[in-house]
Amino acid sequence: MKPLYLDNAATTPLHPQALAAMMPYLTDDFHNPSGVYATARRVRKAIDEARASIAAAIGARTDEIYFTGSGTEADNWAIHGTLAANPDKRHIITTQVEHPGIRRTCRALENRGYEVTYLPVDTQGRINPADLQAALRTDTAIVTIIYANNEVGTLQPMAQIAAIMQDHPAPLHTDAVQAVGHVPINVNNLGVDMLALSAHKFGGPKGVGALYLRKGTSIASFIYGGAQERGRRAGTENVAGIIGMATALTLSIEAMPHEQPRVTHLRDTLINEILQKIPHTQLNGAPQDRLPGNINISFRFVEGESLLLHLDMNGCAASTGSACSSGSLEPSHVLMAMGLEHGMANGALRFSLGRCSTEEDIPRLMAILEPAVARLRSMSPLYDDYTKGATNGIQR
Amino acid sequence: MEYNDKVMDHFMNPRNVGDFPEGEDIGTGTVGNERCGDIMRVFLRVEGDVIVDAKFKTFGCGAAVATSSIATEMVIGKTLQEAAQITNKAVTEALEGLPAAKAHCSVLAEEALHAALWNYAQKHGLVIDGVKPPIDESERAH
Repeated sequence: MKPLYLDNAATTPLHPQALAAMMPYLTDDFHNPSGVYATARRVRKAIDEARASIAAAIGARTDEIYFTGSGTEADNWAIHGTLAANPDKRHIITTQVEHPGIRRTCRALENRGYEVTYLPVDTQGRINPADLQAALRTDTAIVTIIYANNEVGTLQPMAQIAAIMQDHPAPLHTDAVQAVGHVPINVNNLGVDMLALSAHKFGGPKGVGALYLRKGTSIASFIYGGAQERGRRAGTENVAGIIGMATALTLSIEAMPHEQPRVTHLRDTLINEILQKIPHTQLNGAPQDRLPGNINISFRFVEGESLLLHLDMNGCAASTGSACSSGSLEPSHVLMAMGLEHGMANGALRFSLGRCSTEEDIPRLMAILEPAVARLRSMSPLYDDYTKGATNGIQR
Repeated sequence: MEYNDKVMDHFMNPRNVGDFPEGEDIGTGTVGNERCGDIMRVFLRVEGDVIVDAKFKTFGCGAAVATSSIATEMVIGKTLQEAAQITNKAVTEALEGLPAAKAHCSVLAEEALHAALWNYAQKHGLVIDGVKPPIDESERAH
């Protein structure tokens, strides 16, 4: 039986049409796009077209798109590049629920003497725009806020955030890696100055991403070398990757009018199924302002990694950002920022749906999940204490 | 997180899951807390000075379940004195190794055994060499 893949937020299967579009550039059309000869110019033209189609997909101008090696690279560039272009500004504003691409970058900058404000979030993972307003300073160099959270799928009120930033010179960057290709994105409606995206999250290949950079935003070059990406991010282009990314994004945008409601419906059906059939469960994140494919649920009295292992042994792939699984032994910083107790944060699992997910996946998952949770609870001392009515710090 | 086959076997087919009703012949210990992500509860049934049976209940990751499982296996048939000599290293070796990030699980298994031995010793006014009172969970590092 085909494995049950519910980890589309980690990565998605390459779209067959994206692969088909890439193949010529991995074979016959291998030429360096910087070459002057006809075959190289053909490759250059394909990259130009890819740039134009990615720009169109997010409402940007073609010359506002820069290709990178990943979403994380785009995030790093946005921050480091902005700081380098504004050396006298030493303050960064971000949130407590960022992806490590932003979070670790900010931590590293703190070690170099920068000041970072981590905006808190409510129980659904949303920042309060008023907190941003209050945190802005004259020496704030950049504000970077994740658009769609990678763990719990919560969408930030980006338009309100952008409205606040209208009156401040610092650029607004957003890590939109989880959102692009899944919800409509228009950089002008969002009001952002910079946006990071990653191809493999929407059916494109791994190893390629892009930074949207609003014209007029001042940012230093990131990688020095040749004239690629207008000299700001040098290095011979990942041609096939760029073509695959553009194709996958175009396909995702075309499919969105039916895919977004279809996946959202699957999501809500599965959420209801789990919450109704398995007691002592809770949905983490916002019920509505949420990525179509994201489900994050805490299974009380059960530890996330052990549940994940049970799913894996039964052919189901999901994930957890919590406790032991990452080897960090720390519960998810996102769930902790949302105010979950350790027990609930340690028992959280993320199921992420995608274009290959179907109605049939729901009974398949439930058939694996229900007995696995029951089994782990039967051997859980916490569940014992609960059923025997012991308090032991556990509230009924 | 890559576990070897022996760890996975003890995780998927844990030995001695369960509990014993409270009694004079039973020693019980619970260690760990939700904050650190693992809680182990060990039950020992003692006849004379021999542990004749053992059970456990564990909330935790794969390694926490596997170390509890094998620790209960190791302790059955041992005297109280012998059981007190079981170290986290012996637990890890019996499982043919644990990922480095999971070393603390074997420590917790050793502590759970000791907590159960301490409980039994307290009930019967015994002193078992090497068995110390369990640590205060609120003092645990994480």
